[in-house]
Amino acid sequence: MSTNVLLELEGLSKSFGGVVAVKDCSMTIREGTVVGLIGPNGAGKSSVVDLVSGFERPDSGSVKFDGRELVGRRPDQISRRGLIRTFQSPREWRDLSVIDNVRVGRSELQRETLWRSVFFARRLRREEAADTAELRELMAHYNLEGVRNRRAVALSGGQKRLLEFARIAAAKPRLTILDEPMGGVNPVLGERIGNAIRELKSAGSTVVVVEHNLPFIESTCDEVVVMDLGTVIAQGPFEELRDNKRVVDAYLGNDDE
Amino acid sequence: MSSTPYLEAPVVLDVVGITAGYGGEPIIENVSLQVRKGMITAIVGPNGAGKSTLLKAISGVIKVSSGRVVVLDHDCTNLAPEKMVRRKLAYVPQVANIFPDLTVRENLEMGGYTRRAGLAQRIDELFELFPDLRTSRRRRAGVLSGGQRSMLAMARGLMLDPEVMLLDEPSAGLSPLLQAAAWEQMEKVAATGVGVCVVEQNTRRSLRHAQWGYVMVLGKNRLDGPAAELLHDEEVIDLYVGRMS
Repeated sequence: MSTNVLLELEGLSKSFGGVVAVKDCSMTIREGTVVGLIGPNGAGKSSVVDLVSGFERPDSGSVKFDGRELVGRRPDQISRRGLIRTFQSPREWRDLSVIDNVRVGRSELQRETLWRSVFFARRLRREEAADTAELRELMAHYNLEGVRNRRAVALSGGQKRLLEFARIAAAKPRLTILDEPMGGVNPVLGERIGNAIRELKSAGSTVVVVEHNLPFIESTCDEVVVMDLGTVIAQGPFEELRDNKRVVDAYLGNDDE
Repeated sequence: MSSTPYLEAPVVLDVVGITAGYGGEPIIENVSLQVRKGMITAIVGPNGAGKSTLLKAISGVIKVSSGRVVVLDHDCTNLAPEKMVRRKLAYVPQVANIFPDLTVRENLEMGGYTRRAGLAQRIDELFELFPDLRTSRRRRAGVLSGGQRSMLAMARGLMLDPEVMLLDEPSAGLSPLLQAAAWEQMEKVAATGVGVCVVEQNTRRSLRHAQWGYVMVLGKNRLDGPAAELLHDEEVIDLYVGRMS
């Protein structure tokens, strides 16, 4: 396991109106690990994901990705640097075909330039052919081969989840943040998603999983980060949670009457 | 408290192995529970356990695909919510549980819309139970404080003299002090003989106030027992954050 820090949050804070969603939140994610981001309702997990991925701007604090500051960057700039996130309910380009959805995910990172397409047209065509072959392989791998030319909007909920993973696999991000990938997912698909995460890891990607299904977290993650009231209260192996009083209090609630 | 007085109280709501969801995968599976007259039954569990979904399934807001919901010995499975109310089951959702543009008194009148007689008398009884509401009876519900709103929602649910009351997080968004007040109100309601079934986030506080607790995890009922015993049961902690493998 590498000890190289890929993502580093330091003193991140964000309020919405008078409500403090994230408060002096710091954590480090090491390259090549799968990390579960957990915590009770309202702990601020999804807000942190929004801040890291550029969908919200923090009031203070910094987000360093491979040593470079992300705060102030737009979501598209951040994704082009190799940090990709998903949403609680899968988002796809409804009117694009399934395979084009994956193709778009790919070009996010490997942008064509007009200059390249003019002067290296032949090489590009060759690359494109190789690309299509690889996409077809991905389609097959995620059981989407039979529906690859359908509009994405026509897919079932489960297929949309798989499409999401196909897009991630095609884009080859350095860091993937999954926001509740197990929401509304049946056990068979759940296993598939667990495998997809392990595959991302073995392909060299780092993964952060926000999820309240703790058995799933335990079986897929190398370690967990626990949040409560907008900040990190613990980080370490899953099996240490049970004996951490702050974690137990966060989950069971304080009764200080 | 020992479990004996609890178990002697008659069952007013008997939920037998229900499965329900929102069309896709079931969110709750084969869940059973009982609510007893004059007692507070708490449903606790980590997020995503399906606690709110369970209340919706019992009250007819969403369909139950298997199992039974029995209120006062009548099979009420999949009855529409408005019919459930007539079967003496009131459900107070977490949001949209009052009419913000109506006054407090008008809210109560709406709650008692299908009442044949005794509307004014019932309102008066509820003002006795919740004196704060009498003071603010002419105010628009939308301008009430969070604590008063929660109180009004409960009172509105009581307008048709239910025997069972389902409450979805009555203390959500309230300060700790007002959360304590919400529990006091629930205790008052239970003391009038209503069987109260409440879903709350704060597990320890719920177990300290309720007489019986059910611990749900990922759509299933994992443990139940006298609330005071569950409060100190290490197994509850295991169910929340313990190792599964």
